[in-house]
Amino acid sequence: MSRTVVNATVNGEPVEFLGGGGQSLLDALRDELRLTGSKEGCGTGDCGACSVIVDGRLVCACLMLAPEAEGKRIETIEGLADGSHLHPLQHQFLEHAALQCGFCTPGLLMASKALLDRNPDPTETEVRYWLAGNMCRCTGYDKIVRAVMDAAADLRQAEKPR
Amino acid sequence: MARLTTISGRVGDFTGGLTHFDVEARSVRALVRELERRFPGLGEFVEDQMAIAIDGEIFQDALTAEFGADSEIVLIPRISGG
Amino acid sequence: MSDGNQGGKLKVVGQRPIRPDGVDKVTGRAQFGADFHLPGMLAGRIKRSPHPHARIASIDTSAAEKLPGVKAIVTGADFDSGASGEVEAGEGHTAIREVAQNCLAVGKVLYVGHAVAAVAATQPEIAAEAVDLIEVTYEVLPHVIDVEEAMAPGAPLLHADMFTKGVTPKPDNPSNIALKSVMGRGDVAGAFKSADVIVEGRYTTAAVHQGYIEPHACVASWGADGQSTVWCSSQGQFLVRALVAKILGMPLSDLKVIPAEIGGGFGGKTTVYLEPVALVLSRKCGRPVKLVMSREEVFLASGPTSGSVMDVKIAATKDGKITAAEMMLAYQAGAFPGSPVHLGCMTAFACYDVENLALVGYDVVSNRPKVAAYRAPGAPMAAFAVESALDELAQKLGMDPIDLRLKNAVKDGAKTVYGATVKSAAFVETLEMVKASEHYKTPLAKGQARGVAAGFWFNIGGESSAAVHVDEDGGVTVVSSNPDIGGSRASMAMMAAETLGLPIERVRCTIGDTTSIGYSGSTGGSRVTFATGMAVVQAAEKVVADLKRRAAETWGCDLAMVEWADGVATCADPSKDAKPLSMKALASKSAKTGGPIASEVSINAQGAAAGFGVHLCDLEIDPETGRSTVIRYTAAQDVGRAIHPAYVEGQLQGGAAQGIGWALNEEYVYGKSGQLENASFLDYRMPVASDLPMIDTILVESRPNPRHPYGAKGVGEVPIVPPLAAVANAVSHVVGKRMTSLPLSPAKVLAAMAKG
Repeated sequence: MSRTVVNATVNGEPVEFLGGGGQSLLDALRDELRLTGSKEGCGTGDCGACSVIVDGRLVCACLMLAPEAEGKRIETIEGLADGSHLHPLQHQFLEHAALQCGFCTPGLLMASKALLDRNPDPTETEVRYWLAGNMCRCTGYDKIVRAVMDAAADLRQAEKPR
Repeated sequence: MARLTTISGRVGDFTGGLTHFDVEARSVRALVRELERRFPGLGEFVEDQMAIAIDGEIFQDALTAEFGADSEIVLIPRISGG
Repeated sequence: MSDGNQGGKLKVVGQRPIRPDGVDKVTGRAQFGADFHLPGMLAGRIKRSPHPHARIASIDTSAAEKLPGVKAIVTGADFDSGASGEVEAGEGHTAIREVAQNCLAVGKVLYVGHAVAAVAATQPEIAAEAVDLIEVTYEVLPHVIDVEEAMAPGAPLLHADMFTKGVTPKPDNPSNIALKSVMGRGDVAGAFKSADVIVEGRYTTAAVHQGYIEPHACVASWGADGQSTVWCSSQGQFLVRALVAKILGMPLSDLKVIPAEIGGGFGGKTTVYLEPVALVLSRKCGRPVKLVMSREEVFLASGPTSGSVMDVKIAATKDGKITAAEMMLAYQAGAFPGSPVHLGCMTAFACYDVENLALVGYDVVSNRPKVAAYRAPGAPMAAFAVESALDELAQKLGMDPIDLRLKNAVKDGAKTVYGATVKSAAFVETLEMVKASEHYKTPLAKGQARGVAAGFWFNIGGESSAAVHVDEDGGVTVVSSNPDIGGSRASMAMMAAETLGLPIERVRCTIGDTTSIGYSGSTGGSRVTFATGMAVVQAAEKVVADLKRRAAETWGCDLAMVEWADGVATCADPSKDAKPLSMKALASKSAKTGGPIASEVSINAQGAAAGFGVHLCDLEIDPETGRSTVIRYTAAQDVGRAIHPAYVEGQLQGGAAQGIGWALNEEYVYGKSGQLENASFLDYRMPVASDLPMIDTILVESRPNPRHPYGAKGVGEVPIVPPLAAVANAVSHVVGKRMTSLPLSPAKVLAAMAKG
C-alpha cells in the first residue's frame, strides 16, 4: 500500500497529506485531513454528497484519486462560510428549512455555489437540472430550489454598485 | 363482563380458534392475567406483542389502563412505524 | 390555516425559527456516524454471501488471519444468542436471534449479500484483502424470490421450522408463509350479491428501499472491563443498546450508545446490522472498530420494504356508497418473517366507513434481504390498490373522485376494522380543502391528467423522556431522548420556550445518549413531536411550578397568587410589595432557594391521533419514451397543529417525493440466479431535482389533537401513503387503461400505450 505525499490548496490553505493505495480524494479529505463535511453516499459519483469544487469545477470527490489532487485548488463545505459569516446559500438554506437530516446539505451547497459562480441568475429549471446530480431523500427539493433562487438574488443584490 | 374480540389470527393459535369471548377483568393487567390463566401463553403474548383497543381507543404498553363491565376490548397487533 | 389557539395567543409554536442545529449542518461540522475518528481505530469490513440460498459448510479464516494488519475476524459463532443452540422459548427471543443471524449468518445464508464473516484491520485496503482471503464453502440450495412462487406448494423452504401462524389447527407442513392475518366484519358475501356496481383488480408493487443518502455507519469500542461505547447513526440509541447488548450477552448498563446525527432513516435505521458486528470485533482485539456500509451493501443487505401482490374487490351502490370490500394482500418479508402485511390490512380501508369488510394478509419469506420498516410500513401498497380501485369506481359511476371519497369518508365516531373509533379527524375537511384548492380548479392541458388519492396512518405515542435545565443566567437547555431526523430539535425547543414563556433564542436542545437521559422508543412512527414533545412540555411545566414556588417564597406570598407569563413571575396580591421576578433573576438565586432548577420527565404517551392525507398529481407522458413527468403536485394533510410549519411542510414534500419514486421508477430487479441486478444509485432510480415540480402543501389545522398540549398530530408517515395511487391514477387516465403494476417505468407505460 504505497502512499505518496500530495500537496494541494484546500479552502485557501496549503496542505500536505498522504494519498494512494486506491484512496479517493474524498477518503483523503475525510481520513487524512479530517474534513468530514464532505460525505460518502455511494462512492460511485451518483449521489453528489461528496461534491467539492476543484480548480473552479464541480467534482465528485469520490471519483478523483487522492494523488490527482496534486497542485489543485480545492474548495469544500468547510470553506464556504467566511469565518463566522455564513454564505448567502447557507443563510437561505436555514431560512427556508431546506434541510431535514442534513446529510446531502454540504454537497448541495457546494453544487449550488458552483452554479451561482457561473450563472448568477438561473431559472428554476436551470437550478433543478444543475442540481440533478445531488440526491436528497428528505425534502423533495422544493425548499432547496427556493433557497438557491433566493441566495442568487442575495448575491446579485450584493454585487450591485452602491 | 367485558366483551373481547380480536383481529389477529395469532390469538386463535392460543385459543384453538376462539376469537370472541367475555372476560371478567377490569384492567389490562388483570386481563393479561386472566388470558394467561385461561389460554396459557396468550397473556404473555398479549402483554409483549399486542396493543389493545378499549372502547375504540388504542392503548399500547398500558397495563394500568382500566375499563368497565360493558366495555368492548379488541386485541390488535402492535402498531409500529418507520 | 391556524384555528383559534386554546386560550391565549401562541408566541413561539407556529412560527418558523431557524433550527438550533442548523449552523452545524450547513457548515459540515455536524457529526454523522462515519465522521468519528478514535485513536487506534481499525477499519472493519464484512464478507457477504454470493448465493441467494445455501448451507454454510465451512469457514476458513486461517489465511486472512496471517495477513499483517489484521487484528480480528468474527463469524456468527461469536454472538452469544442462538449460535450455541440454546434457544429460549418466546417470540422476543426468536426475534433477537433472527436479528443476530441477519447480522452474521449461522448455518445458512438466505440472500445474496447475507453477512457471513467480518474483519478488523489497520487499513481499509488490508481489511478488504483479508475478506477476500476468507474461504467459505457453501452447499448451494434452490432459491425463491417472487412472493407467489414462495407461497406455492413445493417452493424451496427457507426455514424448516416455519409453520404458518394464525391458522387453526396448526399446519402439518412447514412453508414460507410465516403468518396469515384475517380481519373483517359484517356480511361481505351478502353485500356483494346486492351491489349495484363492483370493481375488482389485482395490483402489484415491487420492493423499494428507504433510500437514505447516508449508508449505515458506526464506531464501536470495547472496554477491557466490558464497559463499551457505540457511536452510530440510528433512529434509536436505546433500541441499538437493547439489541446489541442482548446479542452480545451484556448488561445494558455496560453499553453506552451515543446517537450521531443521522442522514435519513425513514424506518430503515430502527434495527441493527453493523453495530453488533463492530462491537464483537472490538471485543476480540481490544481496539475501536469503524464499520460503514458501501452503497452496494446498503442495497444488498439492509431492509427494503415489501413488494406485494394484492387482490381487491369493492361493491357500491349507484350513488357511490361503498357497501363492501374484500382484499387479499401478500407481502414479502425477505429472509426472516416480519413484513408489515397486518398493518396493510388494518389501514387499507381506514379512510372509509365501510360496513362489510373481509381482509386476508400473508407474510411470506423468500431469499431477499429482511425487510425493515419504511415510513407508514405496509400502508402505501394497500392504499395503492384501494385508491386505484376507488378511482376506477368513480370513473364507472361518472362521479368526481373527491366526491366519491367525501361520500364514504370516516368522521368522528366511525368504527375502524381494527378496533379504534375515529376521533378528532379532519379527513372530510382535508378533502374539502383539496376540492376547493386552486390546483383542483385549474384546467388541464391536452395530454395531461390528474390523479387523486387519500391515505391514512395511525401514528403512535410510546415511551419518551425529556429534561429541562435552567442555566444560572436564565437560559434553558432541553435534553431530548430522540435522535433528530427532520428538525425535531427545533420543535422541542419551541414547545419548551412556549411553555416557559421565553424567546426561542434562549432555549437550546441537545440529544442525550443512553446514559444521560431516560429511556425512549425510536424516532419514527410519527411520534417524536407528539410523545417526546409531551415529555418536554411536562418537564417545562414542572420547572414553571418550581419557579412560582421560589417566587412565592421570595415575596412571602401565597403560591396561589403567583402568575407566570412571558418568562416573568408576578404577584397578584396587592398587599405585597412584589416586584416581578424574571427567569434570569430567579435562576441566578437558584442555589439559595432550593438548588438547581431542573426537571426530567419520562412517560409512555397514549392518545396519539391518526392522520389523513389527500394528494393531487398532475402528470403528462412522453409518447415516444413512456416517461411520466409530474408537472404539478399538492399534498394536503390533517396535521392537528403544525408546531414548526416549515418542517411539517417538509415532511409532506419529502414523503410525496418518495411516493412518486415508488410509483414511477424504484424497484429491486432480480435475475434468475437470485442476484440483485441494480444495487447502485445509478440503476435504482430515485427522484432527483429535475424530476419534480414544486410540491405545494395544505396544512389542515381545524382539529388539533386534544391529547397533546399544543394539539400536535404525528405528520411524518401519512405523506407517503397517497402518492402511489395519486400518480398511478394520473397515468391511468393518460394511458386510458388501469395501470396495476408498480413501478410505472417508461417501458411498462409504453407497452400499455402500444396495446391500444
